[in-house]
Amino acid sequence: MNTTAQLLHSKKKTILESWMSNQLSDQGLRDDLISNEELHKQSDELLNGLARAMATGNTDNIYAAEYEPITEILSDISITRARQGFSPRETGMYVLSLKKAIADALEQELAGQHEQLYKEVMMVNRLLDSLSVVTFETFIKGREEVILRQSDEISEISTPVIKVWEGILALPIIGTLDSARTQVVMESLLQEIVNTGSNIAILDISGVPAVDSLVAQHLIKTVSATRLMGAECIISGIRAEIAQTIVHLGIDLSNIKTKASLASALQLAFSMNRIEVKSHSKSTTFGFKR
Amino acid sequence: MQIVREQDVVLFRNRVREYSTKIGMSLVNQTKLITAASELVRNMLKYANGGQVVIEIISKSAQNGVRLTFTDQGPGIADIQQAMQDGFSTGKSLGLGLPGAKRLVNEFDIQSKPGEGTRVTVIHWKHGR
Repeated sequence: MNTTAQLLHSKKKTILESWMSNQLSDQGLRDDLISNEELHKQSDELLNGLARAMATGNTDNIYAAEYEPITEILSDISITRARQGFSPRETGMYVLSLKKAIADALEQELAGQHEQLYKEVMMVNRLLDSLSVVTFETFIKGREEVILRQSDEISEISTPVIKVWEGILALPIIGTLDSARTQVVMESLLQEIVNTGSNIAILDISGVPAVDSLVAQHLIKTVSATRLMGAECIISGIRAEIAQTIVHLGIDLSNIKTKASLASALQLAFSMNRIEVKSHSKSTTFGFKR
Repeated sequence: MQIVREQDVVLFRNRVREYSTKIGMSLVNQTKLITAASELVRNMLKYANGGQVVIEIISKSAQNGVRLTFTDQGPGIADIQQAMQDGFSTGKSLGLGLPGAKRLVNEFDIQSKPGEGTRVTVIHWKHGR
């Protein structure tokens, strides 16, 4: 058994205390996010695990089985911290401040034996460095999970179906149209056709940044599904550059009604339903302006 | 950059847009390049479970362009000629990805061997010529 492992056993209390005071003295500590008792409990657990793992003699490979409980505790801590909104600095300092605590204890214990002190400190350094890398990895993973969840939420909320007129629905699509999105779009559109008894649906793709063959395929599917329900589909919002791209790609949209703007699609829908929109007097317009 | 998930497609497209804006490419040419890139990157995800893309700005006789190199370690393409035909697809798609991408960009090169992966290089010049 090496000196550090012995030290971790015999002087656990002192080390824990100096580690805690290191953590608490850090200017950046967010005592609003975590209570002292909780911090104390976490640190105690980690130190116990570390003492056990180091007692096995393995001080290099943190991916070995005896370090599993430690990496688990660390991952747990950093993932919760990522979700609670801690900064990377605070999370990183958690492990790094332990380094100082252990080094201080070693210095007292091995006073005068410089060579051994150097060896032990270097070993602790290496070990805690790799542990702090683990902390960072999981911290970033935790943050990424938050981002993924948010992007899911965005795609969920950005597909409203609007009834613009009796019998006419409009569906502005914003963002990239992937398989999952198409499913949501198609479901809500078909449901709304049933609910309102509409016979015309306008899909506006002004907000779709790029139309490639996959997006086109999804659009065609949506249109055919709408047709099966007995409603006609108009695709609007095809920008000039997207029109060119679609032609070059060789996508055939010729049997689908397409319009450049939502206004002209609405006009087409009006004429298909034999609705006339007139300006009543010279100043007030009803419906939409031409 | 590495492509491993469907979310990477959007990120990658934005990168391509950044680069093509940097060299002053017009909107139509930008859209063409981005669409072609999107086709190729989706192929990579679908058939090879992801891969790597390198975005470079290159220049030739006072004209700038963007070069994209897609490399994957997927199953490869057995018959490239067949894959380049309109409407041919081993998946359930329109079969326009590869031939469409070729029509959208200025220079297109595909190398593939079954079992060894695929490498596609496309170049689009600033003025689209």
